[in-house]
Amino acid sequence: MNKLENLKQLLAGKFKIENFKFTHAVGDDVIEVPKEDVPALLLFLREGGQFDFLMDVCGVDFPNREKRFDVVYNLFNSKDSSRLRIKAQVGEGEKIGTAIPAYRGADWFEREAYDMFGIIFEGHPNLRKILTHHQFVGHPLRKDYDANEQQACTTSLPIHFNNEPGSPGDVLNDKYLPLNIGPSHTAMHGTLRVMAEMDGETIVRCNNEIGYLHRCFEKMAETHPYNQVIPYTDRLNYCSAPMNNIGYCKAVERLLGVEIPPKAQAMRVILAELSRIIDHTIALGTGAMDLGALTGFFYMFGMREKVYGLFEKLCGARLTVSMTRIGGMAQDAPEGWFDEVVALCKEIRRGTDEMAGMVLDNKIFIQRTRDVLPVSAQDAIQWGYTGPLLRASGVNLDLRKAQPYYGYDALDFDVPVGTNGDIYDRYLVRFEEMRQSVRIIEQVCKNVPGGDYTIRDKGIVLPEKKDVYGNIEGLMNHFMLIIKGLRPPVGEVYDATEAANGELGFYLVSDGSANPYRLKVRPPCFAIYQSFPTVVKGAMLADAIATVASMNLIAGELDR
Amino acid sequence: MHNDQVQGLVSHDGMTGTQAVDDMSRGFAFTSKLDAIVAWGRKNSLWPMPYGTACCGIEFMSVMGPKYDLARFGAEVARFSPRQADLLVVAGTITEKMAPVIVRIYQQMLEPKYVLSMGACASSGGFYRAYHVLQGVDKVIPVDVYIPGCPPTPEAVMDGIMALQRMIATQQPRPWKDNWKSPYE
Repeated sequence: MNKLENLKQLLAGKFKIENFKFTHAVGDDVIEVPKEDVPALLLFLREGGQFDFLMDVCGVDFPNREKRFDVVYNLFNSKDSSRLRIKAQVGEGEKIGTAIPAYRGADWFEREAYDMFGIIFEGHPNLRKILTHHQFVGHPLRKDYDANEQQACTTSLPIHFNNEPGSPGDVLNDKYLPLNIGPSHTAMHGTLRVMAEMDGETIVRCNNEIGYLHRCFEKMAETHPYNQVIPYTDRLNYCSAPMNNIGYCKAVERLLGVEIPPKAQAMRVILAELSRIIDHTIALGTGAMDLGALTGFFYMFGMREKVYGLFEKLCGARLTVSMTRIGGMAQDAPEGWFDEVVALCKEIRRGTDEMAGMVLDNKIFIQRTRDVLPVSAQDAIQWGYTGPLLRASGVNLDLRKAQPYYGYDALDFDVPVGTNGDIYDRYLVRFEEMRQSVRIIEQVCKNVPGGDYTIRDKGIVLPEKKDVYGNIEGLMNHFMLIIKGLRPPVGEVYDATEAANGELGFYLVSDGSANPYRLKVRPPCFAIYQSFPTVVKGAMLADAIATVASMNLIAGELDR
Repeated sequence: MHNDQVQGLVSHDGMTGTQAVDDMSRGFAFTSKLDAIVAWGRKNSLWPMPYGTACCGIEFMSVMGPKYDLARFGAEVARFSPRQADLLVVAGTITEKMAPVIVRIYQQMLEPKYVLSMGACASSGGFYRAYHVLQGVDKVIPVDVYIPGCPPTPEAVMDGIMALQRMIATQQPRPWKDNWKSPYE
């Protein structure tokens, strides 16, 4: 009996399952339920221990349907790595109960769905705009909102706070000093804004505002053909661009039902692990810089430049590589590239040890980070933490082990896990992950599979240039694919990879046309950053800065 | 100092070592080319304020970093306070939400001030022809040099900075800046 049947029996007594619709779509279990049942169902699934993570909440707009919106919940169980998708239909102006009592981390995801679609979550304590600016009228991800309709913003919002039970909301207390940090501030990475009420050096309460880099990724994805979305994915987490390419292509490939050749898989693994390393170098380098250690940043950047050199050899670009295509890679690796990767691995290993000695053994660094604002495993799961931060809190969850893809199960590597989830542990985990990534790359490079770097399906992959210019089939093939576009079957899929910051998920809905109907990104640091006001409440200001640094917030994927 | 740059500095013949300092100072004639010396100083000591909002910010880190090292152009003192900077490097997408912030930052900078628009997004919105993206930072603040690329390579950024240095040295008129008015007033 499969998982879905089990679930059906489990729910049978508790809910009116004759109203539920159980389906199995492209490898995912899906339950469609009436919207009234959603909060109770989520609470039941969480408390029963079936699904401990709420990975994503999002809306989908079907303007011609009677009940216009789908609200989609993607759940994950860390014990057996199973996933479940719950969908409920909501009409315009109707309300659906909030999921916050079941999963604390639903907070910002629901606010986003409200901002983008106007779906109202009843009982949400703080249902206000999150990504668009406060003067923005309308809900941009609705199908009737034109992608190119800009609305000017003329002012910034004054300092404001979340409406929590027992808190005075936006009313400031005269006793305390209101403090605004960012968005233009060194410690705020250019686009974050933190507002706080201070009692001396202590934060009485705090709020964070995002959306300063909301560049409408999801709307852009809806207005571009599948392959042209790839450059947009580069700019999600731009510190490790290839990982986003890979995550997106993997989701589309799963919807198409194709498997990429072993060589493409190997190249993707190498690219992903190199990206993980350089992403961590930024996190560690700027993290140390935020604590006042500038030297580390220069050391780290030297290493990063060398990896850029490898990317440049592979595809000509340094940062935003757009190296993958749906069905494989854009081109083969040049001769000797894998040897260069192996040679660089030695340097990275040495550099990592050197950096680790410089940062982790530094007395000041230890005092600034050890036992500072720890997040317990339970809290981390509730908030939807994934990746290095979750592992620093002591939860052994890595999708490369839990849901292996691209042959990660055949590779020998360890998953570092922290003990108490303080800031020091986060840096420890990141350093160790860099060493493990080097191990992975060396193993893959040792025997790179031969064969083609992409599948050769005429409906998916463009022919090679020599065929386009050289023979009529190639030319026609190219013409048809460009004019008609790559068209996956009607359906939907949620697919996730282990990115540098955690679970990077893509929820893709296809209506059979050449553009994605809906593409929702589940950005790892979005879930992490929503916990910030709670985590730093009552802490020292300087510790809050250290926390922001350790969360490795990349605005590109935070705001999309 | 190169010869072409010190043309403004003219010393009179026939001075003796016994002349008083006061007289000596009279002996030097600073013609209208004083501007040239000032410009020379300015162009070689640009203090950038990196306004890194997105991917270009990461590439700008490369420019400041060990390999490309902007210090060679005298512009290594990155200041994160607009009061201390004279070159605003807009590195990354500016959204509608960010526009009032960057105008405020620009207004807080002291004269003389220059703006470098790094990358496609800052210059024109780039490939984000989208509802929340400002279609070029020059819609709200005056831009002196645009650097193409998505993101531009560090070489391109250095080329942009050298272009700005030439503009400063030749004291090019900047009508876009002189006629600028805050869009929010």
